[in-house]
Amino acid sequence: MTVDYLIELFSKLFDSPFISFILAVSIAGIPLFVLMALNATVAVYVERKVSAFMMDRIGPMGQGPGLHAGPWGVLQTIADAVKLLIKEDTIPSSADKLLFKVAPFIIFIGAFLGIAVLPFSSVIQVVDINIGVFYIIAVGSVGVHGIVMAGWASNNKWSLYGAMRSAAQIISYEIPAGLSIIIPIMMTGTMNLQSMIEFQSGSIWGILPNWIIFNNPFSFLAFFIFFISAVAETNRTPFDIPEAESELVAGWMTEYSGFRWAVFFLSEYANMFVVSGLAAAGFLGGWLSPIPGLFNSPIWGLFWFFSKIIFLIFVMMWFRWTFPRLRVDQLMHVCWKVFIPIAMLNIFGVGIWKLIIG
Amino acid sequence: MGVVQGDQMVLNIGPQHPSTHGVLRLEVTTDGEIVSKITPHLGYLHRCFEKHAENVTYEQVIPFTDRCDYLASMNSNFGYVVAMEELMDIEISERVQYIRVIMAELNRIASHLLALGVYGLDIGAFTPFLYMLRDRERILDIFEYTCGARLLYNYMWIGGVSHDLPKDFVKICVEFLDYFEPQIEEYNNLLTFNKIFIERTADVGVIPAEVAVSYGVSGPNLRGSGVKWDVRKDEPYSIYDRFDFDIPTGSGEFGTLGDCFDRYWVRMLEVTQSVRIIRQALKDLPGGDVFETMPKKIRPPVGSVYRRTESPRGDLGYYIVSDGTPSPTRVKMRSPAFTALSCLDEVSSGWMISDVLAILGSLDIVLGEIDR
Amino acid sequence: MTPEQIKERISDQFKNSVITNESLGEHQVEINGEDWLNIATFMKNDPKLSFDQLECITGIDTGEEGPLQTHYNFHSMEHRHKIEVVISHDRKDPKVSSIEQVWRIGDWFERETYDMFGIEYTGHRDLRRILCPDDWEGWPLRKDYEGQESFHGIVVPKIKEEEGWE
Repeated sequence: MTVDYLIELFSKLFDSPFISFILAVSIAGIPLFVLMALNATVAVYVERKVSAFMMDRIGPMGQGPGLHAGPWGVLQTIADAVKLLIKEDTIPSSADKLLFKVAPFIIFIGAFLGIAVLPFSSVIQVVDINIGVFYIIAVGSVGVHGIVMAGWASNNKWSLYGAMRSAAQIISYEIPAGLSIIIPIMMTGTMNLQSMIEFQSGSIWGILPNWIIFNNPFSFLAFFIFFISAVAETNRTPFDIPEAESELVAGWMTEYSGFRWAVFFLSEYANMFVVSGLAAAGFLGGWLSPIPGLFNSPIWGLFWFFSKIIFLIFVMMWFRWTFPRLRVDQLMHVCWKVFIPIAMLNIFGVGIWKLIIG
Repeated sequence: MGVVQGDQMVLNIGPQHPSTHGVLRLEVTTDGEIVSKITPHLGYLHRCFEKHAENVTYEQVIPFTDRCDYLASMNSNFGYVVAMEELMDIEISERVQYIRVIMAELNRIASHLLALGVYGLDIGAFTPFLYMLRDRERILDIFEYTCGARLLYNYMWIGGVSHDLPKDFVKICVEFLDYFEPQIEEYNNLLTFNKIFIERTADVGVIPAEVAVSYGVSGPNLRGSGVKWDVRKDEPYSIYDRFDFDIPTGSGEFGTLGDCFDRYWVRMLEVTQSVRIIRQALKDLPGGDVFETMPKKIRPPVGSVYRRTESPRGDLGYYIVSDGTPSPTRVKMRSPAFTALSCLDEVSSGWMISDVLAILGSLDIVLGEIDR
Repeated sequence: MTPEQIKERISDQFKNSVITNESLGEHQVEINGEDWLNIATFMKNDPKLSFDQLECITGIDTGEEGPLQTHYNFHSMEHRHKIEVVISHDRKDPKVSSIEQVWRIGDWFERETYDMFGIEYTGHRDLRRILCPDDWEGWPLRKDYEGQESFHGIVVPKIKEEEGWE
């Protein structure tokens, strides 16, 4: 159900196109917002449990369904959310008040805009625009403004350090990510996400699904370059130098507490969702099923898309709890001297492959 | 570099900070990300140990020594009683000697596990910390079984130990060692040979050997720079000359000799050597009474003694002056972490802030020992 | 080299530097503090002595009638011999030259002895308190130390007198 469909529906009921537009957009935005909130709650719980199992611990326990002690600890996230909402809202006295208050919401807006074009299924997508991929990449850079604002407005040397590092990191890693996402565009000839996924239907040699990642070795490599650059863009370990706990306390988020911090957290998980969604749509066939030909109805499509995203988010969490973090100059070295040459080589390689093998 | 010269920024790391291993304030003058000068400010944990020691009796000093280096209490006790026994010229029974060596080496393993785990945490690897702490808990369980305390034992007394070993101690200890040795493989796979970890620690914070000796750096820090010096082999005390163990030194495997990785690697190898010593000691553990050589009254002759022993952090020395009364005139503790911290300024100028924390973690300091 | 030989070598090079003191042990030697920097440099650089490790610097207050003393423990890694040097200071104006340029650990050790006893090490480039706060009054480890009443408005507790050791 897209916004276009809703606009048509409402324009039959109301005369003014303006009112129907506003109504359609608001109504389509609500499930998105609910999705973001649900994603954050589930992701936080999963992260805590996954990290606990990897570290040979158990994680949050008790508060099972039915509110008795049990091995689930599901209500812990709700308890945390309530705590964050009722916390005192402190702003450092020498901080720049307007920027301080605005910064979390700018990051939130960047992530929210990205989710709007993800194709959840062949019929479920909020907005189906022709330049889907380009739009996500562009809108993903809005977050940098928020981070730099947060670091500057906190009036704290540590936050400033964190914000500067983060800005440098995100801007640098957009380049290999952008170069790698060109591969699916080259191979499918379109930037529209739905058409890209439809292009990947069918199979190779009858067994493997015709996803872009399996098509040729260069696109296989491009997927990994894209995924690692995406991890770097969302400031996750091993690239979490801006929020390095042991060095800068909490980096650019140091002075934020309570609800504002919850918004940062929400945006981080929403960002992870968006980049995983883009990777799944561009390289892993979106809502197509891994067994070519079977289980291809729109409801199954929703299921496959969500499982791919969940798997990629799980891999990101796995990275976080296994690897130490890279230092700032090593991070830059990896981006500029390793990833960008490989990404350019990939573009060249895919072009030659298409030309010769077709 | 470049035409624009910015102002130098003065940052404060600490006193409350996740990575300073205690309450330490580092005043760092930086130019962008490069550090030009570090001034450590100490004294936040100063508890006047030396002044207290002048007002209590010789036995009552032992719990104070526990609390100085709280991660290696057995070794702190050990240093003090070895110095006192040299001053008073007492012979110790064989069983006590073996018990002391076993406890000191177990504590060395526990202290090194914590140092290595926390170092991984500083670099950003969260999981090895928990694995190493899980194994350290088993050692602390053994200590609790023997003397009732997990961290501050007051175990080694002048002339003996406070509690005899429980009946099945040897069985429990051997079980632990059999479980523990394969775990070292796991730590190496997860952290030591990880490419990112090696990039963060190799070639960083090199301490040349002459600088190390001049700054009084000792223990694994000195051995990481290639100097083969261990008090247990070179000035043996207790019964260390009966055991067969190697002294690992740094070899510049992945970078320059004397960098952070060498110090980390020396600690990892020392853990394996301690396991060797404990196995040999457990095999030859004699029977007997632990209280037979304990003097009833502690009144040392007039004089002074300076004796050093090998604690997990380096050369721990005690200078004790006695004037014939039951209470010491002066007890000075020469702590190895104090000397290790003093070379931080020289070693870390020219590096970045992330590297300063990597270097500080590799020196393995404990503020309780520095401030006393 | 035995301690006797070490003492001989030092007194050969620097006349009248070694003072005989019956109360010291065999491994200890009392040295006149006037030319201390040159003696220390000689002890480090002389190939027969070669004391490259300064193990410990301890300040000692020998009681009301006696002087303040600084004890230096030296060790040579090459020859494996040790010596302890004792330097006495006049109580009213305790001073001796600093050896922090010769052994770099002397920097912090001398700062600690200055902090606790008030012995001034002339020539030290940065002599200030290390364990106590910078504006603390008095020399804590001296036997006649009376703590200050309050510090920045906080009342300073006093050590209580013990009565007997039994």
